[in-house]
Amino acid sequence: MASKNADKRYTKDHEWVTLDGDIATVGITDHAQEQLGELVFVELPAAEREVASGEACAVVESVKAASDVYAPLAGKIVETNDTIVEDPSIVNSDAEGEGWFFRMELDNTDEFDALMDQDAYDEYLESL
Amino acid sequence: MIENALPDDPTPTPLKTTPLDAWHRRLGARMVPFAGYAMPVQYDFGGDLAMRCKGGVMAEHLHTRAAAGLFDVSHMGQAKLLGATAAAALERLVPGDILGLKPGRQRYTLLTNEAGGIKDDLMVANLGNEALFLVVNASRKDDDFTHIAASIPSAVTLELQEDRALLALQGPEAANVLSALAPEAAQLRFMAVAPLTIAGIPCLVSRSGYTGEDGYEISVPAADAEALADAIIANPAVVPAGLGARDSLRLEAGLCLYGNDIDELTTPVEAGLTWVIGKRRKMEWDFPGGLAIRDQLDNGAHRKRVGIRPDGRAPARAHTEIVADDGTDAGSITSGGFGPTVNAPIAMGYVRKDLAADGTPVHVIVRGKPLPAVVAPLPFVPHRYAT
Repeated sequence: MASKNADKRYTKDHEWVTLDGDIATVGITDHAQEQLGELVFVELPAAEREVASGEACAVVESVKAASDVYAPLAGKIVETNDTIVEDPSIVNSDAEGEGWFFRMELDNTDEFDALMDQDAYDEYLESL
Repeated sequence: MIENALPDDPTPTPLKTTPLDAWHRRLGARMVPFAGYAMPVQYDFGGDLAMRCKGGVMAEHLHTRAAAGLFDVSHMGQAKLLGATAAAALERLVPGDILGLKPGRQRYTLLTNEAGGIKDDLMVANLGNEALFLVVNASRKDDDFTHIAASIPSAVTLELQEDRALLALQGPEAANVLSALAPEAAQLRFMAVAPLTIAGIPCLVSRSGYTGEDGYEISVPAADAEALADAIIANPAVVPAGLGARDSLRLEAGLCLYGNDIDELTTPVEAGLTWVIGKRRKMEWDFPGGLAIRDQLDNGAHRKRVGIRPDGRAPARAHTEIVADDGTDAGSITSGGFGPTVNAPIAMGYVRKDLAADGTPVHVIVRGKPLPAVVAPLPFVPHRYAT
């Protein structure tokens, strides 16, 4: 069943993940940015940092609260999107595109398919 | 990752609702628990309101500073204190000069405890005819009213006003907006209070607020609250604003939030609120904790409430540790976040007295890392009250 986000996966913590070879690109979902409101601060992990699945590795702050962003899978951070540090509003305007957070080299790409697909994530949002 | 409740909210369930609950939901409010009530933290506006303001904490905050915001603060406790000796009775509990409060005037004061700590901060208005009007914090109202009722003589009556809502209209356009509905509103001076008929509804109005802007706080019968709110937002200068903007506005204005910045363990001296102690009250110090407070005034408090400006963009939230340049403990932040008007992180907290001077460099420990910050004067945004 092909949809426009057929190659995108989601976590219960509202991160999205796409995969290119063994490199995953990670961001927060449009639902997450909407719930958070205008972001005023983003902190990204250091390059080369090894992260475990579910490990807090980035932070987003709105006017009213700080929230962690978790590594959806285990691996090593290889690239971060420093433009969202300069201008956190990009995450609000394009959370699932230009507002990506970091890229990581996965330890095991098989884990990617265990994450929720678009339908499962939509169903999960309905249940909240 | 999403936590909508305001920090430190000790909310029990089930939640109470204000008379404007349905109104908020119709206008796109996100309701959150606060002090036992379902309250709007921010709005996702539609229709006409969306043309005025896109909604959200930042936009509602900026709209209030630029034009006007309407806040529902019906969760706060309203009561009358009635009797010929009501003012004298209240003076047994607060350091303010209540006997000297003229009819038609309102004053900010504190309920203190025997150790000189702060049980609550509140507004007291003299309505004339041997009646005082009190507005206390939502989170404290049960304790406050029990405390007051237990302390007053039988000739004085505490009459809770649970059938009334409370709205705050704040911002530079507030006077124009309210005067269009009740011309006498323009004549009210800062901290004046008067009964006014607004859009045909009998209200009790004070020229005051919690944003640092000019504005009004309007007590209205619960049954008329929606009609009043609708009449006010019919003016295109106004949008409803939620608790999120209320918090960022008051933080920029350097105003204390009870439970964060002041509590039973902080004194008026530490909090920089000694101006609430009436001149006459400083002769006798005959209020709870009076002698402890006098002693602290004479000898200096060990810590002081100050503004903190973190360098960079990372907000330092409540409970953030503050460290002196030499690495010793300096104190902690009690309210902190991002100031939309300042366009930078801002905070207030308590620091050791030797570090309390404006410009003192300190560090705030955010997520384990010391970030440079500086002690800064309050308010962060100048007050623009009516005269």
